[in-house]
Amino acid sequence: MNGITGFLSRFFGKENEANMTKSVAKERLRLVLVHDRLDISETVMENLREDLIATIGKYMEIDQQALEVSLSRDDDGVALIANIPVLNVKRQVG
Amino acid sequence: MGKVIVITSGKGGVGKTTTTANVGTALAMLGKKVVMVDTDIGLRNLDVVLGLENRIVYDLVDAVRGNCRLKQALIKDKRLENLFLLPAAQTKDKTAVSTDQMTELCEKLKEEFDYVIIDCPAGIEHGFKNAIAGAESAVVVTTPEVSAVRDADRIIGLLEAAGIGAPLLIINRIRANMVRTGDMMGVEDILDILAVDLLGIVPDDDAIVISTNKGEPTVFDDNSRPGLAFRNIARRINGEDVPLMNLDEKQGFFGKLKSLFKSE
Repeated sequence: MNGITGFLSRFFGKENEANMTKSVAKERLRLVLVHDRLDISETVMENLREDLIATIGKYMEIDQQALEVSLSRDDDGVALIANIPVLNVKRQVG
Repeated sequence: MGKVIVITSGKGGVGKTTTTANVGTALAMLGKKVVMVDTDIGLRNLDVVLGLENRIVYDLVDAVRGNCRLKQALIKDKRLENLFLLPAAQTKDKTAVSTDQMTELCEKLKEEFDYVIIDCPAGIEHGFKNAIAGAESAVVVTTPEVSAVRDADRIIGLLEAAGIGAPLLIINRIRANMVRTGDMMGVEDILDILAVDLLGIVPDDDAIVISTNKGEPTVFDDNSRPGLAFRNIARRINGEDVPLMNLDEKQGFFGKLKSLFKSE
């Protein structure tokens, strides 16, 4: 922020939203809370795993023992990553 | 039957004790019979904030263990006759009190008082569990910082898990000029993230340091801006509908100019 426009926008409080450090704070908080809130419960992950098996099992045979579900975190966000080995695909009926 | 309200935050240093002292005092100024309970065993502070540190004979642990009668451990305020403090023990172990004992203590106190205000220690361990054990409702204090808001979120989750739903939020130490320039999260930003109801906002102000130096809650000072904020909060707790204070009030055109040059 410099020069007369910076001066004026600062004065009138119309600074570009994305450049404000409060926006940085909010975005970092949003990310950390997604992680914190998911972190709390192992049961939720187990329920999710079971539901995934049930849903995908309707369409294909999967290796339930080798199925992996995890949350991965990088700078842009949190992703749900599922690695689901397929053993056999059911024949399409319709 | 009175109400038991716990003041909590997760993170230390955001103003729990200052909030307890001022909200408790302001409720007493409204004519209510109030007791403030310091549950920070080993690190007691509410007594010094209230200027009552020289009057302590018995403490919370003595009262709970029956070393004295409950009434003997209650310290009457210097200024208001319907305001009392139950101080924390300073020398005993922080596991000296159990959650059952705390619940029983709160039950006894609320027969006697209109408001029982519990000052919770920082953290989420034993002291936190004790502080919330006998509470029916909770006030979460935070400041507009990433770390404080994060901890507030965790505390809100733990309060809900403990069956104390719908905690109310106080946002402390707001600096209006920084919010204006976008260098501090504002009220809306924080409510957005935490999704709880707001109880009040308190401006960052030198008056707090001065009042703590003197051991005199800032709500006694008619010219104190945080004093007004805490009096408003007490009125809301007491069921009144009070609009949020305008944080910009003090800063006129020249104030704006000054803060502008400071931050450039």
